Amino acid sequence: MAKLIDNIKTFVNTKILKKAHKREAIESKYVLETRNLGISFGGLKAAQNVNLKIEKNEIYGLIGPNGAGKTTVFNLLTGVYQPTEGAFYLNGEELTGLPQDKINHKGIARTFQNIRLFNNMTVVRNVMVGLTNQPEYKCSLFESILRLPKHFKVEKEMRKRAKELLRIFDLEDERNNLACNLPYGKQRKLEIARALATNPKLLLLDEPAAGMNPNETEDLVNTIKKIRDEFDMTVLLIEHDMKFVSGLCDRITVLNFGTVLTEGDTKTALNNPDVIKAYIGG
Amino acid sequence: MKFVKHYLSYVVVGALAIILSVVGAVGGLSGTFLALLEQSVIAIILAVSLNMVVGFLGELSLGHAGFMCVGAYVGGKLAVLLSSSLGGTNIVTVILALIVGGLCAGICGFIVGLPALRLRGDYLAIVTLAFGEIVKNIFENSEFFGGQTGLRTPEFTTKRDTRFILFLIGAIVVLLTLFVIQNVIRSKHGRAITAIRDNEIAARATGINVTKYKLMGFVISAVFAGLAGVLYSYSQQSLQAKTFDYNYSIEILVIVVLGGMTVNGSIISAVLITALNNILQTKLGGSFAVAKDLIYAVVLILMVIYRNAPALKNFREKYNLTNLWRKIVKHKHDPARVGDDAVRWDVVPTKISMDEVLSTDVVIDTTGDNSADIGERGGNK
Amino acid sequence: MKFLETLINGFSIGGIYAMIALGYTMVYGIAKMLNFAHGDIIMVGAYVIILFLPINPVVAIIAAVVLCALLGISIEKVAYKPLRGASPLAVLITAIGVSYLLQSLAQIIAGPNPKLNNLFEKLFPKFLETHRGGIIAIGSFSIKLSTIITLACVAVVMIGLTLFVKRTKTGRAMVAVSEDKGAAQLMGVNVNSIIMITFAIGSALAALASTLMMLDGQKFAVDMGSLPGIKAFTAAVIGGIGSIPGAMLGGIVLGLVECFAQMIGLGEYTVAIEFSILIIVLLVKPTGILGKKRREKV
Repeated sequence: MAKLIDNIKTFVNTKILKKAHKREAIESKYVLETRNLGISFGGLKAAQNVNLKIEKNEIYGLIGPNGAGKTTVFNLLTGVYQPTEGAFYLNGEELTGLPQDKINHKGIARTFQNIRLFNNMTVVRNVMVGLTNQPEYKCSLFESILRLPKHFKVEKEMRKRAKELLRIFDLEDERNNLACNLPYGKQRKLEIARALATNPKLLLLDEPAAGMNPNETEDLVNTIKKIRDEFDMTVLLIEHDMKFVSGLCDRITVLNFGTVLTEGDTKTALNNPDVIKAYIGG
Repeated sequence: MKFVKHYLSYVVVGALAIILSVVGAVGGLSGTFLALLEQSVIAIILAVSLNMVVGFLGELSLGHAGFMCVGAYVGGKLAVLLSSSLGGTNIVTVILALIVGGLCAGICGFIVGLPALRLRGDYLAIVTLAFGEIVKNIFENSEFFGGQTGLRTPEFTTKRDTRFILFLIGAIVVLLTLFVIQNVIRSKHGRAITAIRDNEIAARATGINVTKYKLMGFVISAVFAGLAGVLYSYSQQSLQAKTFDYNYSIEILVIVVLGGMTVNGSIISAVLITALNNILQTKLGGSFAVAKDLIYAVVLILMVIYRNAPALKNFREKYNLTNLWRKIVKHKHDPARVGDDAVRWDVVPTKISMDEVLSTDVVIDTTGDNSADIGERGGNK
Repeated sequence: MKFLETLINGFSIGGIYAMIALGYTMVYGIAKMLNFAHGDIIMVGAYVIILFLPINPVVAIIAAVVLCALLGISIEKVAYKPLRGASPLAVLITAIGVSYLLQSLAQIIAGPNPKLNNLFEKLFPKFLETHRGGIIAIGSFSIKLSTIITLACVAVVMIGLTLFVKRTKTGRAMVAVSEDKGAAQLMGVNVNSIIMITFAIGSALAALASTLMMLDGQKFAVDMGSLPGIKAFTAAVIGGIGSIPGAMLGGIVLGLVECFAQMIGLGEYTVAIEFSILIIVLLVKPTGILGKKRREKV
């Protein structure tokens, strides 16, 4: 019964009164800064005291053994889970507690470990969904219903922009295929293209190279570097492939059991005896 | 080609409406045929609007008749009040009743849309069903709306040579429904709605305001169901709340499903089923009406199994009508390419699954030892 | 006194809902589908009882339980099994089709008019001689025998089901199937037969529910199972779907609400009140009172 009352209270507070804690801005030279970010599910501390400081244009790796809490951190940063401790800031603006779509609007976009595309839509429309909230493609529901000139103009521009994005990933020729009919590697690329369409400041990639062969992986390394250079992008990625990580990431953070094991530039961190111990045990 | 595909439904509906109205104006339509036309028009509006939620938003609604009930009662009552103060039914009162009835149904759509933000799948279906029953129950017992005896409505004139006007108004509402729903779907807003259907988590991560678009889907769907209700109240002498029970909602759902969950399919199946219903009922008479239900049930089961059974997948691909047609006209087609509102309904409702009943932001506590419980845990893929 | 009578009345009606809800919860928990036809299996059970009643009331009840279990199995085999792995919406629509099919078949065979039943009179002729209307009176307080039977039945079934699920190999296999069909299959569980057993048990419970309804003096009608079926589903959801004690709790809550609404003069609005409670419960605690935590993996 007490639990039920608690539930009702939480419901009223969060859903009806929209009481979120007050967000504040800080001085920060980092694109992403997290301060003691953590979440516990019941008694389980899935992540705690995660402090990340990611500089602009960096490709930053988040690694660790299975179950270390890497994806949990991603879910915290994108609002899928609400942190129970700590806060995170994008360019000094606190985003803790915002819903997923608002966080995306503020400039964090992500891909998923198990690919999540809009399977029954064509490739180009997948990307156009990402463009929906961009201010330059604003078009109200009434303008769309009444088919005012604005609607046609916006649709045309969105399609053009989507094609440009697809060209970067060599997906332009597939643009009218259903997303679910693409081969695996291309689906991963499409997911990145869709994330980029939302014009993020920080791109989170959850195991982008999983299930790819060496050629595809190498191709992906080049693509991510290209994204960083062309879009002036900052990238945070989770990956298990150490060759991939050491070939791509400037700095990394190693997680184990929900806490930070070590951090620093890729080579040093990977050679840290603690890290080796965490990975191969003993 | 694209143009033809997009506007064919308007042309066909418009042309039929004009032809039938002209015939009706010279008194060439029998009363029963006119009644059939009115029923078809109402069924089309209901089916196309339900498809907005089921086909495009990917949520199952079992309370569509509830929205219709709201429209019918509010519109009907307003019509009664207006005609007693203005002295008779005219076009203005009809339009006013349509506007007010549609708005009230839309408000109800908003209210039903709110649970949709937290619930999905079977749970939401049960909530919509509950909503329909609540609405029915309230109207049934409200003295203002006629209570148990039902609401007497100012039936649109029964004179043969002017009754066709009601059909004409209905046809115009059908065109309006098609115009609004197709234009919403073929816009960035519609893309967002179908994105939510395909993968809600990805849609949120892509910055789609799920709240806004889900409510949009529910409200648009409810408004047009309300309009259908107002038309219905004009086509009847009196309203009985029990007409709008969940069996009626299910009947509309059946129409949408048999129509393949596309706009054009919904139109065709709405007309066919209404006509079939009518013909079977008048030709076969009372005792055979039961046989009709039996036939529908069997057809429905067989059709759903044929179209969805995983074991029949190869058979379906080999012998389906579209492929046969393509063979005949030697039309080259890449199966991977599909149009805007094509809904492959065998894959659509992946989200209506027990594993995803709850939105991601809902976290509920485990209490106590539940090892005797069945289900509801894990299995997320 | 009126309060107490209403309370007991509520338990009686609630017991019937609980019995139906137990069947719903079993099927929903394991086959992960909303068996819309469950309410109509109740109707079939009632009809079988009426059919066999002239022979012997006990035989009639046993026949109803057995035939309903067989009916449940055959419905699963014919209508639901081909759709395993297809979209849940398709399965739900098929279930609606089956519900229609059963109702129209019953209408053809049994005719549209409601039929009276005298199950209670046949079962307890002696008792009726001493107690008018089957009512036991203790001082100014009176209770119907059928109420006692209902509550006893539901309690026994609930305890039996809990033990079955917890203690037997089949029961544990059921839990395994409900958690993950694929994994259960890999562990050597025959998923098909488990689902078949589930449907058999669920439908047998529906037959028991129809027995209770008949004992309570309800008439046989073609649509007698529809509304109780939906209400029982509501009960299962309120209690927490998938949970056996939850189904019982939800059923009783619903019965009490119904009777107390009648007591305070809102009898006409019971449907609205019950379904409003359902919506509120789902909004505040979507897994029901005894439900449990679940999170979707991202």
